[in-house]
Amino acid sequence: MSAPAVALPARRKRRLPFSPWHLVLIPATIALIFPFAWLIITSIETPAEALHFPPILTPHQLDFSNYPQALQEEPFARFFLNSAVVAVTTVISNLVLCSLAGYAFARYRFLGRGLLFVLIMTTLMVPFQVTMIPQFIITKWLGVHLLGAVGINHIGALIVPNAATAFGVFFLRQFFRTLPIEYEEAARVDGASRLTVLRRIVLPLSLPALSTLAALTFLESWNNFLWPLIAITSTNQMTLPLGLAMFQNSHSIEWTHLMAGNVMSLIPMLIIFFAAQRYFVRSVAATGITGM
Amino acid sequence: MTPGAAIIVLFGVVPIVWSAIMSFQRNSLVSAGGTPFVGLANYRQMLHDPVVAQALQNTVVYTAVFVPGTIIVGLFLAVAMNRKLRFISVYRTAAYATMAISTISEALVFIWLFDPSYGIVNYLFSLVGLHQQPFLNSTSEALFVIVIMTIWGWTGFAVVIYLAALQGIPQVLTEAAAIDGASRWTIFRRITWPLLSPASLFLLIWLTINALQLFDEVYLSTSGGPLNSTTVLVYYLYQIAFGQQGSGDLGYASAIAYFLFVIILAVTGLQFWGSRRFVHYRS
Repeated sequence: MSAPAVALPARRKRRLPFSPWHLVLIPATIALIFPFAWLIITSIETPAEALHFPPILTPHQLDFSNYPQALQEEPFARFFLNSAVVAVTTVISNLVLCSLAGYAFARYRFLGRGLLFVLIMTTLMVPFQVTMIPQFIITKWLGVHLLGAVGINHIGALIVPNAATAFGVFFLRQFFRTLPIEYEEAARVDGASRLTVLRRIVLPLSLPALSTLAALTFLESWNNFLWPLIAITSTNQMTLPLGLAMFQNSHSIEWTHLMAGNVMSLIPMLIIFFAAQRYFVRSVAATGITGM
Repeated sequence: MTPGAAIIVLFGVVPIVWSAIMSFQRNSLVSAGGTPFVGLANYRQMLHDPVVAQALQNTVVYTAVFVPGTIIVGLFLAVAMNRKLRFISVYRTAAYATMAISTISEALVFIWLFDPSYGIVNYLFSLVGLHQQPFLNSTSEALFVIVIMTIWGWTGFAVVIYLAALQGIPQVLTEAAAIDGASRWTIFRRITWPLLSPASLFLLIWLTINALQLFDEVYLSTSGGPLNSTTVLVYYLYQIAFGQQGSGDLGYASAIAYFLFVIILAVTGLQFWGSRRFVHYRS
């Protein structure tokens, strides 16, 4: 009678050939990716396939005709152009105006500076719903009495109220204050004007902050919905989110076209996203939000 | 030097005061009868408006499900992704990608996924023997479909915040605990979770502020219906001020907007106050 072999703990024996975390992460990733995949699949199906039940997961042929059809039958090209004009203009004006204001608040003492800064900071706390009704009235008045191009129902109305933001001013002011003031003082002593100091010394040192502000402003503008919904009613002035919402509500459109338009609206976002993705975690850590 | 400040004052500061004044006036976009002061009438009207009560309830229910839901999903995925694995960058990219989609695109896709007749979710339900659901057409389900779509849309953000926080935790701490014989769960419970508390507080406050202002998804997917079951405060005040069936009563809409503002301030203040005992900052 041989002595029984010492039994190893059963748990140790049943080892998976891969980390068990994959068993969690693979289904999670499928759930996260699936809405994107289904969006793209619908956009390359024929309308009949899209309305088939049970749903067709793999279209029999790749049918890209929804894209040109969506561009022809619905003014998605126009929406795209409007969105691009609004977003690019808003980014540029924010970079210029928030730099100027942020620099003034960071480096210069002037009458009422403290009060003005507190007022601007207050707007960061107030939700947009509180300000949107007066903003509508003011924009309408400007369009009637000052310049039609910035009034209600013109894309100018989407640019001007967001041409400078409290967030941008605050963000750049904080960044400017971290720069060593000696360069600026030396340039001033050598006779450079304030604007030259800003343009030639401060801004080149602030490229990380400026590019962050540019990306955030672009995303905000591209995705903005509530204000365009209030300010714009005519189709040829609509931005992409507004145009998509209007066609979805009108029921006069094929889902396949709507999804093709939706994919087109996603493309600029995805480009920015993939370009910036490796900075995400690092930049969050740098803000100190996580308490480290 | 600061045309930027002028724009912020004109479109930011002035409207704060103006809408406060308007909330004490009778003010209509359509009538031309002036804007008489009516004292607290708009606020009193709010107390007796059953739709305001319903909208407040929907907003609270939505926030109470969406915020913890997003935090749990984000924390779970970030913990799972905070390790060296094959394909880890694929997993992380999938989570981050949800940040790239706008609220409108997100809502459109989910309306399609949850379509009662042609949607793939009902198809999957039929595969596992569940009944077909009306989803966004149902008074009891619509708000939760909106919860699901917004949790999905915020997952990337929550994962990024938690991953950044997790990567800031020194491994010495968890390794020392492991050598002392602490189980994985104890290490998470006693070391990781307390060290994540500043990130959790940030997410709690940020997600709550956004949840209380829910609008885009409701506008697109249900228009507040069916039977006001998804009417949230912002959607209701939009309807009053600018909607097709709205009364155009800007005074009343302003009063509701200020009511929302007070709720946001109070909830945020409470969260900060309540967090003092739970949040640990390393200095």
